[in-house]
Amino acid sequence: MKHLLNLRETSREDILYLLDSARALKEILSRPVKKVPTLRGRAMITLFYENSTRTRSSFEMAAKIMSAEAINIAVAQSSVAKGESLKDTLLTLQSLKADCIVMRHPVSGAAEFAADKLHIPIVNAGDGRHEHPTQGLLDLFTILQYKGEIAGKTVAIVGDITHSRVARSNIWGLTKLGATVRLVAPRTLLPIDADKLPVTICDTLKEGLEGADVVNVLRLQTERQERGLLPSLREYSKLFGVTPATLKFAKPDVLVMHPGPMNRGIEISADAADGKYGIHSAIEEQVTNGVAVRMAVLYTLMGGKEGLE
Amino acid sequence: MTSHRENISVMDADDIRRALTRIAHEIVEKNHGAANVVLVGILTRGAPMAERLAVLLKQIEGAEVPVGKLDIGLYRDDYATNPSRALVPTLIPVDLTDKIVVLVDEVLFTGRTVRAAIAALLDIGRPACIQLAVLVDRGHRELPIRPDFVGKNLPTSRIEHVRAHLKEVDGEDSVFIVKPEAKE
Repeated sequence: MKHLLNLRETSREDILYLLDSARALKEILSRPVKKVPTLRGRAMITLFYENSTRTRSSFEMAAKIMSAEAINIAVAQSSVAKGESLKDTLLTLQSLKADCIVMRHPVSGAAEFAADKLHIPIVNAGDGRHEHPTQGLLDLFTILQYKGEIAGKTVAIVGDITHSRVARSNIWGLTKLGATVRLVAPRTLLPIDADKLPVTICDTLKEGLEGADVVNVLRLQTERQERGLLPSLREYSKLFGVTPATLKFAKPDVLVMHPGPMNRGIEISADAADGKYGIHSAIEEQVTNGVAVRMAVLYTLMGGKEGLE
Repeated sequence: MTSHRENISVMDADDIRRALTRIAHEIVEKNHGAANVVLVGILTRGAPMAERLAVLLKQIEGAEVPVGKLDIGLYRDDYATNPSRALVPTLIPVDLTDKIVVLVDEVLFTGRTVRAAIAALLDIGRPACIQLAVLVDRGHRELPIRPDFVGKNLPTSRIEHVRAHLKEVDGEDSVFIVKPEAKE
């Protein structure tokens, strides 16, 4: 594989290869000295046109643990602010001899545009409302870690599906590995073409969580309320908030996940997020797993000459 | 694939069993027992060899010797020119500090794999010393690396291929030379 642009077009074999590699690499994170020499002399540049805490620092951590150089472009302070086009910015980074560009952009398809223009590997760290493949991979990795397998499991994705690239990467990754996916959201937060996705649509939490093995709660982007998609945050929280009470609809050992950043008290209660009352919350482990998965992606894409074929 | 009749058999199952038994005795002799020893097999075939040595050490000394397995994929010196390979989890069950680590591999050739394994071990801990046990030493070292325990010294030509098969991985125990003309 040359790029990681989305999970929709990534083969099941490549997904499994990345998850296996991440499993081997995770051990390094618990060593007293977290450093391996593998990517010595390679440079990863992160180019983020949107805000991010965990994704950008997770890629940076992954690169540094594997001894690659990690260079971050702060778009607000870059030539982009002087009006440079995306294409010229990308070509400049390639000419700086980056070995890989990790990119986040508000426009869906921006990563594919970059892959089309450049000959170095591109990793999509989120493009518009399209995909966020490394988040999808780390969610798969986390489910594998806690549940042992993905095939046959029922995963409920709850919240703002329309605007969520995390949801889309999850849907493609999970269904490729044989899970059943349910989307739980008010109709205003479901994409118009949701019936074309390989999922079941559920209008209520009770229906969506019934017998679920995993519930993946999405961030409610509160600015949506202002655009008339939600009557009030309070009503959303009452009907779709994941709490110890609503989790009772799911299997007793249901795993609670959230890609972060969380709005505690809106889409998820603090007790559910923090794993109180015997609830299994994987939210902090997801962040750790994100580093392992990104190490696997960098390892796979930055290999020698055939790695670039 | 190479067909079996073009291969020259060098060791059979009994030879391998005897060689490992001797190596186990030599490990005990050199280290005055097995109390502080940890066996670390280099994946893939060093791992079952290490397991077998642990069983033999238990028979000889009555000691439970910890066994680890080490994937050297992250320490290869040809990553920059070769594509990435599938990684296997490394598993070191004990703190290596002040232990005698016996690295175990099936065939010693250029020494580059052992170099990578030593680098990997030193990243994981600080053993008192590292020793090297191999089933076959076929020569042609490219680095200053020398085994402490050798099942069989096997002078070879550089263009020949030496293969060790182990039951746990390959379904049979044998060491054989693959002739270059039989190689695809």
